[in-house]
Amino acid sequence: MEPVVCEKLTKRYGEVVAVQDLDLSVRAGEVYGFLGPNGAGKTTTLRMLLGLVRPTSGRVLLHGRPPGDLSGVGALIEGPAFYPYLSGRDNLRVLARYAGVDDRRIDVVLDLVDLTDRARHKFATYSLGMKQRLGVAAALLKDPQLLILDEPTNGLDPAGMADMRTLIRRLGAAGSTVLISSHLLGEVEQICDRVGIVARGALVAENTVAELRSGAGLRILAAPLDNAVAWLRLLLGPAAVAVVDGALDVTVSPSRAAEINESLVKAGIAVSELRTRERDLEQVFLELTGGESNGR
Amino acid sequence: MVGSFRAELLKLGKRPATWLLLGIALTLGALFAYVIPYLGATSGTTGATADRGLAATLPANIVGNTLGGYPVFLGALLVVLGVLFVGGEYGWGSWKTVLTQGPSRTTVLFGKFGVLAVAALGFVLAIFLMGTVASVLIALAEDASLTFPSAFDIVRGIGAGWLIATMWTMFGAVLGILLRGVALAVGLGLVWMLAVQNLISQLAAPLLPWVDSAQRGLPGPGAGALVAALGAPTGTPGVSALMGGGPATLVVAAYLVFFLALGAVVLRRRDIL
Ligand SMILES: Nc1ncnc2c1ncn2[C@@H]1O[C@H](COP(=O)(O)OP(=O)(O)O)[C@@H](O)[C@H]1O
Ligand SMILES: [Mg+2]
Repeated sequence: MEPVVCEKLTKRYGEVVAVQDLDLSVRAGEVYGFLGPNGAGKTTTLRMLLGLVRPTSGRVLLHGRPPGDLSGVGALIEGPAFYPYLSGRDNLRVLARYAGVDDRRIDVVLDLVDLTDRARHKFATYSLGMKQRLGVAAALLKDPQLLILDEPTNGLDPAGMADMRTLIRRLGAAGSTVLISSHLLGEVEQICDRVGIVARGALVAENTVAELRSGAGLRILAAPLDNAVAWLRLLLGPAAVAVVDGALDVTVSPSRAAEINESLVKAGIAVSELRTRERDLEQVFLELTGGESNGR
Repeated sequence: MVGSFRAELLKLGKRPATWLLLGIALTLGALFAYVIPYLGATSGTTGATADRGLAATLPANIVGNTLGGYPVFLGALLVVLGVLFVGGEYGWGSWKTVLTQGPSRTTVLFGKFGVLAVAALGFVLAIFLMGTVASVLIALAEDASLTFPSAFDIVRGIGAGWLIATMWTMFGAVLGILLRGVALAVGLGLVWMLAVQNLISQLAAPLLPWVDSAQRGLPGPGAGALVAALGAPTGTPGVSALMGGGPATLVVAAYLVFFLALGAVVLRRRDIL
């Protein structure tokens, strides 16, 4: 049973179409990155998954059931929202009671997000990063099989971001399914098995990070340059070869590196450097999403 | 359901505003139901009101005298409590935090209603206790008799106070839901309690016969008639014997049920943003 399935999911707020005909499925045990610029419809989609917002049309299934039953599902949606007059620990005590979770779990999750030291202090006194971590702690209270995190690294400093990535990777490795949204590709590419890219409310690409990088090629330093260009164009076609900063940018599967090297050498061309060139993911992202944010 | 109730109880109990409101209710209650009438009666001012004032503050009249505040000023404080307790979830954006833990909206809301009912009982008992202490002190000071109302009258009075107090907290809770927040809900709730109700009964009802009959169907006059039937002094704002205790109880109870249902329906229908 797939943990998350959306079929033709659409949400309109009056004139504004926040999400349109979105199909999405997250497989059990994977870490799925839900990626898109601000205003793309990520939060709205996640709210529909959790039953906070009713879809205008389309269907949502969590573990094969319509939303409403959130057992085994933990979530942090669009920024942490807690009771300012309660301490971090008391906030979690309140939520543990709603969730029907034993109070002992509170110490475990506080430790997971490294907030034990400040748990006695009022939520109102927390920094943005601490609030965010308390939000993640709350999402982990139920020890969920499915964890939904909406931009969990917002407001964290670089060290906090790295900690968060480690935590998510660890949860993924432990078998939880994680659905994590972000507007920063760099933030999710290292931890996600697959990413879905959403722009203007629709899914524009869905792939593994490795496949998104495809279109990669080779970067070659060779002399004489002109001979090398001519030879490779003959071999691979004119469009496959470009000269960038005095080096050859060759669009070809990196697995053919050895073969190409050999043919260059046989043609009397000296190869001083040859390495795989990964496509810049940021560039892919910008191309796919039209390079602009929607609204905000 | 039990978990939600316990969660709400923790939130209410640890919230400073709860205790502040209770403190204000006790202070104002003591001041207007006991201290001022007592000082007025003993300061040498003569006349009927002065004698009646002293009698009202004696132990025999605790029930009526402590109930007098519920139609208007204690009611207003309870409306504020209800608004804060439910509207605050919008202000802090915490509905999503609560609901993603799993409970249904109805469960959470009825947990809140349950806790508000408990808080209302706490208010009523605290006010009654304050009244008892104050009246005994006055009786001792004045060498007056220490006779108390019958147990039945006390229980009936506390029950009536609890019904009215709970109804007002639910009124506040529903305003918080309808207006999705605290500020406007508190403002409009107080305008209703302190201004509109008075305008209707003092200004409109004497002029227009249909307003006079229609106001019997409003929560404030219902509460006023109920406490009047149980001996609240009729000089107190909002206390007026417009109808008997039975119909008045029905009016107040009907509003309680109406507010519960309205809150649940609206909260379930709307998106949580
Ligand atoms: N409650 C709302 N009312 C009207 N428009 C909304 C509402 N919530 C979101 N939107 C609009 O829907 C679009 C998607 O928003 P959102 O899902 O928050 O995007 P993201 O999380 O990807 O940044 C935006 O254009 C936003 O302005
Ligand atoms: Mg968002």
